[in-house]
Amino acid sequence: MSNSDDRTQTVSGKAAEASSTNKPDGSSRGIIVLCFCIGLVVSLVFGWVVFPRLLYSRKQQPIDFNHSLHAGLVSNGCESCHFLRDDGTYSGTPKLAQCIDCHQDVQGNSPEEAKFVEQYVKKGIEVPWLVYARQPDCVFFSHAAHVKAAKMDCVTCHGNIGDSEHLKVYEQNRISGYSRDVEGASLIGFKKHTWDRMKMDDCSECHQKQKAVMGSVQTQKEGCFVCHK
Amino acid sequence: MKAEENHGNTKKFGMVIDLDVCTGCGSCMVACMAENNVPFRKDESDKLKSITWMRVYKLSNGKPYPETDICYLPRPCQHCEGHDGHSPCVSVCPATATDYDMQTGIVSQIYTRCFGCRYCMAACPYHARYFNWYDPVWPDGMEQYLNPDVSVRMRGVVEKCSFCIQRYQAAKDRAFMEGKTDIEESDYQTACTQACPAGAITFGDLNNPAHAVYKLKKQPNAFRLLERLGTNPKIYYLSSREWVRRAGDNYLKNEGPAKIG
Repeated sequence: MSNSDDRTQTVSGKAAEASSTNKPDGSSRGIIVLCFCIGLVVSLVFGWVVFPRLLYSRKQQPIDFNHSLHAGLVSNGCESCHFLRDDGTYSGTPKLAQCIDCHQDVQGNSPEEAKFVEQYVKKGIEVPWLVYARQPDCVFFSHAAHVKAAKMDCVTCHGNIGDSEHLKVYEQNRISGYSRDVEGASLIGFKKHTWDRMKMDDCSECHQKQKAVMGSVQTQKEGCFVCHK
Repeated sequence: MKAEENHGNTKKFGMVIDLDVCTGCGSCMVACMAENNVPFRKDESDKLKSITWMRVYKLSNGKPYPETDICYLPRPCQHCEGHDGHSPCVSVCPATATDYDMQTGIVSQIYTRCFGCRYCMAACPYHARYFNWYDPVWPDGMEQYLNPDVSVRMRGVVEKCSFCIQRYQAAKDRAFMEGKTDIEESDYQTACTQACPAGAITFGDLNNPAHAVYKLKKQPNAFRLLERLGTNPKIYYLSSREWVRRAGDNYLKNEGPAKIG
């Protein structure tokens, strides 16, 4: 017993000796710590600030549309312009033909409207709107099912865009090509409102609540073909 | 029979194909290709590489003239229910890319989820599944003709007949607009059913006594492919000719065609 204790002591003694000979002096240790801290800060800034900015391209809408102004003028809320057709399909972003009803000529004194009439209405060119809520090609989304059958509000998924005076910058993921409104603005996946993100998990948040329609054998949730095509 | 009915009150879409009426014209195959954006190649002769969700097979009784007889057999995905939805392909998929929906009885295939291991193709006894060996190449201008309700598949994934699920979705949307809770039989029909000039294909809800398929599947001449495997498919075939009914499975000489169920 005592033998083994002695051995341990000698071994630890040798280790202490070795470390004291390799021990860096004060200034070199400072440099190592400084380099580490700089490296850490640089990586954090790159990861959290620079990379997300590089990942998303920022595009301005062709016309800065004022939702709030229009909402006050139309009679049927959002559905006045973003309506469902009789066959259950959804019209989406209005086409020029709808805008022309009022905007044959410049109505007010907004420079954006003048630009719209000048560049698109007079020339008969459709406005290449950038759609914030555009889902990937593999997704089947039915506005009729959500708005007509489930009586959901536009705000639940689209937020308060109807009250906005300016269109925000459209951010597009350079790799996936998807809108940032679909992928979510928060990097750590934090979500304050229902409309902050529109990925598959966000859809299934609601879809998992209806136990009656669960048909999937593999997942015991809703069938895949309910939302996929 | 018990395995057939275990969907309860939900829908169970299926098809009854009358082989005595089918002329083998191939309209169903063409309609299916157009409806579902099925890719094709310049040379379609290699059937290991070509994709046909709906495929018409030619059967022969193998007898010399004057007893010789042929029969054309259209083969879409059989949408097997198996037992409790464990169809052969669903059971083996490691990616949950294919699934059985108890609400519709349709075997789904999610292309973005599939990673192309092809276990399902090995498991499918009907050769109803196809692998995309290449990215689809459409002739100039044909992108304009693609169906926007069906996503185009990429190289490396498996695809198969979906019973034109997009038409079911559209039918439901129309019903929502009209304030109805359910769809009519005529609201949802597959492309092949509508394209068949002979009217050989009947499509509908096998669980709904008001639908034509409900009565047709109970005819004494009805049979299903590889009945004895227990795949419990939802495609029923009708034929008055016994050799055709016998061709539905690998029967021995002393065996008669198996009973459905």
